Amino acid sequence: MTSDHLTRRGLLQGGVAVAATVPALGGASTVAAQPRQEGGRMTPVELTVNGREVHLQLDPRTTLLDALREHLHLTGTKKGCDHGQCGACTVIVEGRRINSCLTLAVMHDGEKVTTIEGLGTPEKLHPMQKAFIVHDGYQCGYCTPGQICSAVAVLDEIEAGVPSHATVDLNKVALSDAELRERMSGNICRCAAYPNIIAAMRNVAGEAKA
Amino acid sequence: MKPFTYERATSLEQAAKAVASVQGARFIAGGTNLLDLMKLQIETPAHLVDVNRLGLDKIEKTPEGGLRIGALVRNTDLAADATVRRDYAVLSRALVAGASGQLRNKATTAGNLLQRTRCPYFYDTRMPCNKRRPGSGCAALKGISRGLAIIGTSDACIAQHPSDMAVAMRLLDATVETVDAAGGRRAIPIADFHRLPGDTPHVEHTLKPGELITAVTLPRPLGGTHVYHKVRDRASYAFALVSVAAVFGKDGSARFAFGGLAPKPWRVAAADAAAPSGAKAVAEAALAGARPTEQNGFKQGLTARTLASVFRQKEAAA
Ligand SMILES: Cc1cc2nc3c(=O)[nH]c(=O)nc-3n(C[C@H](O)[C@H](O)[C@H](O)COP(=O)(O)OP(=O)(O)OC[C@H]3O[C@@H](n4cnc5c(N)ncnc54)[C@H](O)[C@@H]3O)c2cc1C
Ligand code: SF4
Ligand code: FES
Ligand code: FES
Repeated sequence: MTSDHLTRRGLLQGGVAVAATVPALGGASTVAAQPRQEGGRMTPVELTVNGREVHLQLDPRTTLLDALREHLHLTGTKKGCDHGQCGACTVIVEGRRINSCLTLAVMHDGEKVTTIEGLGTPEKLHPMQKAFIVHDGYQCGYCTPGQICSAVAVLDEIEAGVPSHATVDLNKVALSDAELRERMSGNICRCAAYPNIIAAMRNVAGEAKA
Repeated sequence: MKPFTYERATSLEQAAKAVASVQGARFIAGGTNLLDLMKLQIETPAHLVDVNRLGLDKIEKTPEGGLRIGALVRNTDLAADATVRRDYAVLSRALVAGASGQLRNKATTAGNLLQRTRCPYFYDTRMPCNKRRPGSGCAALKGISRGLAIIGTSDACIAQHPSDMAVAMRLLDATVETVDAAGGRRAIPIADFHRLPGDTPHVEHTLKPGELITAVTLPRPLGGTHVYHKVRDRASYAFALVSVAAVFGKDGSARFAFGGLAPKPWRVAAADAAAPSGAKAVAEAALAGARPTEQNGFKQGLTARTLASVFRQKEAAA
């Protein structure tokens, strides 16, 4: 890890006042840096990442996040806290957003993973990627891939009627700013781009409705 | 993380056997609590048995008119289930008050019940903690204890149970169903599932080694007005300081369960009986015998005020 990475991580942890005080840098688990250890037998893992089938041999400790970044070199997905607190590592697995830092790659053998690289390309952006640019939904951009993956999945969750803490009537999930804010609370932005992220999501939700 | 071996379970009995027969083996479900703790080497299992693909992800009606919730049903799916939203709304509300959308997509019914405390010293491996290292002492007694429990505690540990879901399960008198390595089945009332710390705060529940949770069942719906109110330091994505789950019957009866206050979801019969006398009386009955620290005494008043808000929400819904 570079010192740049350490600093970002410190900042993000400072910003996430989750009741657990995690000792700084407690859980570095980059398997690439510490290859095979006794007991950690290499395990074959097959994934379909952004439509492409990949075959990996992994130490079972490898998180999905590290498999994506260190083994498949898909570095769009970011590591912020590595403890499920910041949302920077959010990817879509089998259609649902999850924190890729808190799951093992071996647990997802045979499953489909979509990362920011798979949502769209610079030539052919996903509507949510486009909307983040139009509405200035970021500053430094570190949280952005996670925000965008989350935002795409949030609109699907609302569509599917999944309730949230902001839902007034459990049987009628509405699309409101309060709903969007609540559902995005697992994605921390140290640059506080929050209002513009909501605007971008509103924009895409509106388009989808039309 | 310490090295471990991994296997995907192929049947319930085999999963239970695998964990019972290997020293230091553990089940892994969503992984959102276990992996977090493994990264900090607070948990160091030698072997993980993945129970995700055992078909324990169904929600079905029971012959008694209740609901059987598979141990691997994700928190998102449980909160969104049509029957739960209609008949057990307090459970839906408790679930969506916890964690984040991403975490709830992974977190499971069994894993949520078994998640470990958020006491800061439990996480800080440099500090004494009887729960993490039995006999080492409790750093919280004279330390930062603002978020910790005020009742049901002991001189060995004052940690709180952090789950929101479990509070609603306790309110609804859920039953935890299990299978063990010998194939034996048990149904454990949730009131007896979590243990108070006493002298052994590292023993948190009544499961035997290798005993696998297969489902959590709910009795017939109670009807009435359901409320879950969680008070925390932020509006979202934070653990409870105090939470109250309540069901108000049409006949004027009521029942209450509390989160953030005790080492297990807290429920006291006298508190239910005090309902006609209002929020303050319910709080007093629920917290009789409380032993707060200097830092968390505020939770007593906060419980009464949270209950007052719960009563107002009931009035508004009626
Ligand atoms: C940042 C953050 C914020 C959070 N906020 C909240 C919150 O506000 N409210 C809240 O309630 N929770 C909160 N959580 C906790 C979250 O709800 C739990 O991590 C989750 O419910 C655990 O479920 P899991 O399936 O991932 O468990 P796992 O991590 O897979 O397992 C947890 C434990 O249960 C055991 N286990 C799992 N399945 C079984 C089974 N079938 N039989 C026997 N044993 C089993 C495992 O061996 C392990 O010991 C938060 C978590 C994080 C990381
Ligand atoms: S309160 Fe319990 S968990 Fe916290 S330090 Fe004391 S023994 Fe450990
Ligand atoms: S890296 Fe912060 S939630 Fe995964
Ligand atoms: S953290 Fe910088 S844009 Fe969100």
